Amino acid sequence: MPRPGFIHEVDSSSPPTLFWHGEGFRLERLPKGSRVLYAPEPLEPLADPTAAIRTSLEHPLGDSKPLSELLFADMKLTIAFDDVSLPLPAMKAPDVRQLVIESVLELAASAGVDDVVLIAALALHRRMTDDELRHALGSRVFDSFAPHGLLLQHDAEDPSALIHLGKTDEGEDVEINKRAAESDLLIYVNINLVAMDGGHKSVATGLASYQSIRHHHNPNTMVNSKSFMDQHHSELHSSNWRMGRLIAKSGVKIFQIESTLNTNTFPESFGFLQKREWEWALKDRAGYIASSKALQKVPGKVARSIFHSIRAPHAMTSVQAGEVEAVHAQTTQNVLKQQNIEVQGQSDILTMGLPFICPYNVNSIMNPILVACLGLGYFFNLYRGKPLVRKGGVVIISHPTRWEFHPVHHPSYIDFFEEVLADTKDPVEIANKYEVSYAQDPWYRHLYRTSYAYHGVHPFYMWYWCAHALDHLSKVIILGGDRKSVERLGFIPASTLTDALEIAKHYVGNDPTITHLHAPPIMMANVS
Amino acid sequence: MLEKSPVRRLFCPTLPHGRQDSLPCGRHYGKMISQSLAGKKIAITGSTGFLGTALVERFLRTVPECHLVLIVRPTSKGATERVHKEVIRNDCFDKLRNSLGERFDSYVNERVSAIAGDVTSDGLNLTEQGRELLSQCDIIVHSAAAVSFDSPLDQAIEVNLLGPKRVCETLHTLGHPSRTLPHLVAVSTAYVAGYRRGESWERLLSENFFPPEATWQKEVAAAEHVRADINLKSRTVTNLKKFESLARSELGAAGAPLIARKQERIRQDWVDQQLVEIGKVRAHGLGWPDAYAYTKALGEIALSQVKGDLPVSIVRPSIIESAMSEPQPGWIRGFRMAEPVIISYARGLLNEFPGIPEGIIDVIPVDLVTAAIIAVCAKGKPDTKANSSIPIYQVASGSTNPLRYGSLVVRSQEWFSDNPLYDSYGQPISVPKWSFPGRGRVQRQLTRADTILESAEKISKALPFRNLASKLTTTIDAKRTQAQRALSYVELYGAYTETEAVFRVDNLLALYESLAEEDKKVFCFDPRVIDWDQYVRNVHLPSVVEHARARTSPGKRVSQSRRDRSLAQILNPERKIAAFDLENTLIASNVVEAYLWLSTEKLPLSERIRISSSLLAKAPRLLSLDMHDRGDFLRYFYRYYEGASLSDLTNKSQEMFSALLLARSFPEAIRRVRKHRELGHKTILITGALDFIVEPLAPLFDEVVSAQAQVANGILTGHLLRHPPTGEARAQIIDDYARSLGVSLEDCVSYADSSSDLPMLEVVGFPVAVNADPKLALMAERRGWHRETWRPSPGGSKPILALAPGPIDDESFSIQIREMAQRFQRLSKLASARWSARREKVER
Repeated sequence: MPRPGFIHEVDSSSPPTLFWHGEGFRLERLPKGSRVLYAPEPLEPLADPTAAIRTSLEHPLGDSKPLSELLFADMKLTIAFDDVSLPLPAMKAPDVRQLVIESVLELAASAGVDDVVLIAALALHRRMTDDELRHALGSRVFDSFAPHGLLLQHDAEDPSALIHLGKTDEGEDVEINKRAAESDLLIYVNINLVAMDGGHKSVATGLASYQSIRHHHNPNTMVNSKSFMDQHHSELHSSNWRMGRLIAKSGVKIFQIESTLNTNTFPESFGFLQKREWEWALKDRAGYIASSKALQKVPGKVARSIFHSIRAPHAMTSVQAGEVEAVHAQTTQNVLKQQNIEVQGQSDILTMGLPFICPYNVNSIMNPILVACLGLGYFFNLYRGKPLVRKGGVVIISHPTRWEFHPVHHPSYIDFFEEVLADTKDPVEIANKYEVSYAQDPWYRHLYRTSYAYHGVHPFYMWYWCAHALDHLSKVIILGGDRKSVERLGFIPASTLTDALEIAKHYVGNDPTITHLHAPPIMMANVS
Repeated sequence: MLEKSPVRRLFCPTLPHGRQDSLPCGRHYGKMISQSLAGKKIAITGSTGFLGTALVERFLRTVPECHLVLIVRPTSKGATERVHKEVIRNDCFDKLRNSLGERFDSYVNERVSAIAGDVTSDGLNLTEQGRELLSQCDIIVHSAAAVSFDSPLDQAIEVNLLGPKRVCETLHTLGHPSRTLPHLVAVSTAYVAGYRRGESWERLLSENFFPPEATWQKEVAAAEHVRADINLKSRTVTNLKKFESLARSELGAAGAPLIARKQERIRQDWVDQQLVEIGKVRAHGLGWPDAYAYTKALGEIALSQVKGDLPVSIVRPSIIESAMSEPQPGWIRGFRMAEPVIISYARGLLNEFPGIPEGIIDVIPVDLVTAAIIAVCAKGKPDTKANSSIPIYQVASGSTNPLRYGSLVVRSQEWFSDNPLYDSYGQPISVPKWSFPGRGRVQRQLTRADTILESAEKISKALPFRNLASKLTTTIDAKRTQAQRALSYVELYGAYTETEAVFRVDNLLALYESLAEEDKKVFCFDPRVIDWDQYVRNVHLPSVVEHARARTSPGKRVSQSRRDRSLAQILNPERKIAAFDLENTLIASNVVEAYLWLSTEKLPLSERIRISSSLLAKAPRLLSLDMHDRGDFLRYFYRYYEGASLSDLTNKSQEMFSALLLARSFPEAIRRVRKHRELGHKTILITGALDFIVEPLAPLFDEVVSAQAQVANGILTGHLLRHPPTGEARAQIIDDYARSLGVSLEDCVSYADSSSDLPMLEVVGFPVAVNADPKLALMAERRGWHRETWRPSPGGSKPILALAPGPIDDESFSIQIREMAQRFQRLSKLASARWSARREKVER
């Protein structure tokens, strides 16, 4: 029986706490009385995922008919699926998408459907490489579709492949992938890792154009999403829901398949990463010492490639299919079942260690902008109710934050860091002054469409993701971060936790309360 | 700084009258100088020089009613334009300009005419109009000279020796035969005395105890041949080969036209250098320190022999330095003899300088010289009777008010200790203490230093690490330039710190005494009035420092650095075209890597190893071919593509664009290209890479010029459609492009990394050396080109070999293995089933 999440109060007998630190770790002694939040232990996975998938396809939620009844010969069928940003780290083969799509294709084949196209729902993310597609879909699917040009990647900048479906009541443009919109059935295959994923966002964002996405990916929406992980208080969620309803109204028939995973994030050899320190066995200690010593010795690039080759033993805990909203309501429940942790009250300081990966640097480099986004965008927003840190509080992030960028994946990030952040850090000013020129830049567009680059506007979204936290906090301190790049981000670098806490006291007063988010594995704090 | 110095402000603008009281009272002329020169037309040669400019100003300001005719070598815009640009605009005229205000221009135009003329041609190359104007002149001041101590012998002879003779002969041929001949005042130098020790009197050299051995006619005749001889000698096979290899070693594979140009320049420099050497040796042999003094001396003799009945006076200044008070204290034009030495000293670059501490360094402020010349002009024509000799006036300080070399050095040391220059970090520079060694010792030390640095430079150029090598080479080169400069100062000027002649000024003083009291105040040229301590500390050194634009205040410079300024120039909307090289300028990769990538993509490991090792084996040959001629190298290398399918390559190139080109790109470089486009500049990529390889880069540029592969039936033939854009062809491409857009090359920017790209850099107004190889780094440093060091994105990949990814990733590879195993199992099952079936059959 997996144990629920746990809040440990540091006392004199507590062992040091593990902080993620990019491609490495730190053991830090938190002051007595600090709270350390541990994620619930991984739930028991489904015994037979394939059977569960088949069942869900035949017993859909909401007002949807079973999938087999929706499929007919001569139909135009499009299967869209989440891209490389999910799950994190990439899961051990077979990937959930492979299992789901194989089941769907079996049904389609028996229904005699010929016109089937697979589309990676990239939104403004980089295109996936063949290897990544092969991993997500499995060789059987990949080899059947890719060579015939039937495995597509959504291109948000190809006017001929987009269709404008109209505007929402709030005046938001809804422009999505044409093939998907014009199909007799659009099946969306989702992996729900955090509460923000899935639902209408899958199609309304994943298959949309910049013209459409800009309506909810902006500082205003983000500041008003408290948090964007909490759909009842997320402006991002509301906007996507308005768009999703308009898509449904305009006749696009969507069959949504969502799955949830447990928090079994790291393989056996990194088992200590998801254990509570005082429960470390000899094996875990040895694992910690061996891996952290080895990581210190090897060059950064080697450490990175070691981590990115990790295949997570995530296992499926639920799968549900059918009408989008009914499915997503169920999915959200299942996500929370795994991730929820009840927390009493806010603290003055929130500390967190950031790992080597975020949704936007799979097989890539975690550049400083992504560090900010993961810390202040994702981790800070892993709450319902109130943020873990009080208004005017301080966040201490542990990450090396090196001035490193992937030249192929993040070209506009480099320029954003060098030009935009050198000028101003204010999300609103950035949006007004720079967004359009980056978004419409022909070179970035060229790289997004033909190479493996994130869209020109993507670094802006990363910065907007931080908008709520930047608005809420009085200061951000980066522990062990490269001085130059941390300062470029507008944060304060500190070399030790003691220093960081001393600096923080300047903003929150002496004797601050401290909470440490011991993630990943991911958890979702319900703060009362 | 000069204006603000309180000492300078206190220093009286005119001469200290107190000193005059001590002078014996002399006979006065009936007329004041300005009266005697009123209405006179005075021609001046050499007005664009230091002394000439001062002279023009002094005449204009203090002799109100004379008219000046300036004889200058015309520029393309004519003589008048040159006079305005190079003479009248000089700050020498500030005093006059301020007092006249708006009337200045009309005043100058009224009083100054310019005529085109050249003292190096017989008849001075005058126009009819010029001859007419010159014939009306009453006085001619000939001050044109080749003052450089290291002029090639023939040039020095043309200007310094034949110049006065030509002026004299021309004056004889001008105007009506019956008219009175004008007064020629020739400016010579006190150093015509050469290495003589003891008193040097104000008389012609021919009147000395030891008249010069040389006759000027023979020297002229010999000099006429010597250039032709040296020219011939420079064209021997050995020498020509030497020049070519020098040019190649400096430029590398820059292409034939540039190598040719460089080689010819080296040859001409060699000829000039030989002539300088010959001049130096000949001068030494005949008893003069350098070709300047030697040709000046013979010029005087020539003039005395051809003058006939032309009234001639000679003025012999010693070393002319900054003005004591007129037009303003410290005024100086150009960087002359002592100034570079002083500044190098103040910058701590001259650790030693030879000289005799008690020796006299004969310096004379320029305003004393101009005053003396004006007085000589006003004195009127000398006697031209057959046996009367030419009156000579030495304007020198040594005999009456000597400045000792030792005390000058001590004063300078003290002054620079109180007023140090500052280095680039804003720290004061402490000046070295000179121990007055012999000239030979200093020369030997400096020569040795130069030799060592030369070897070091050779080694650093050959280092295999480009950036380190470039950095080292430019540093060593700077040090070497410094040592060479010090050596040249010592060689050139050392003699002047060791002169033992004492220049008598009896005629000069007699002339001074004959002036009216008023004139004595306005036109003082009595060397005894100079207060050396005051002059050195408060006038000359501050002036030299100001002219050197040296840093005189501590702390880092707040103003824009040179780099920022040149960058602002490059990223100016005024620019029109920005041309870019590809390899090592935009990306850290090359055509060989691209080939390797394309040829190994999706190949099994064994094949990849085979291809890369065969390419590695050929690397030395490829490298040497590339260093010799880029075009040959590309043509040779592209044969590897023979038989490849174009569509296949095009597809692979798209992948390679991400995996190799972008992965190894310099983000700053790409940002720069985009910046240029943002500014409205046209961008052009010029590369020897093949068209299908650079195709994905096309959207970054307005124009892409690359090598074009020849294709037959979709298959590459291994040949090129036309010559690849390398070397001088790149310059042509930029020129053609500029013409097609109707813009000037001066407004174009060019980015390249290697000396083989020199043509495309040289052709534009704003060349930028990116990640320069040592040769280019050196050239860029010397020419003050903008330099950039661009790096691949930190964290980007840089494998040793540019191999494409293998067939499939490990996981799918294992799947494949599994599938193969399954197939094998199925097959074996099938086989065994068949086998047993057959056995059954047989058994049955």
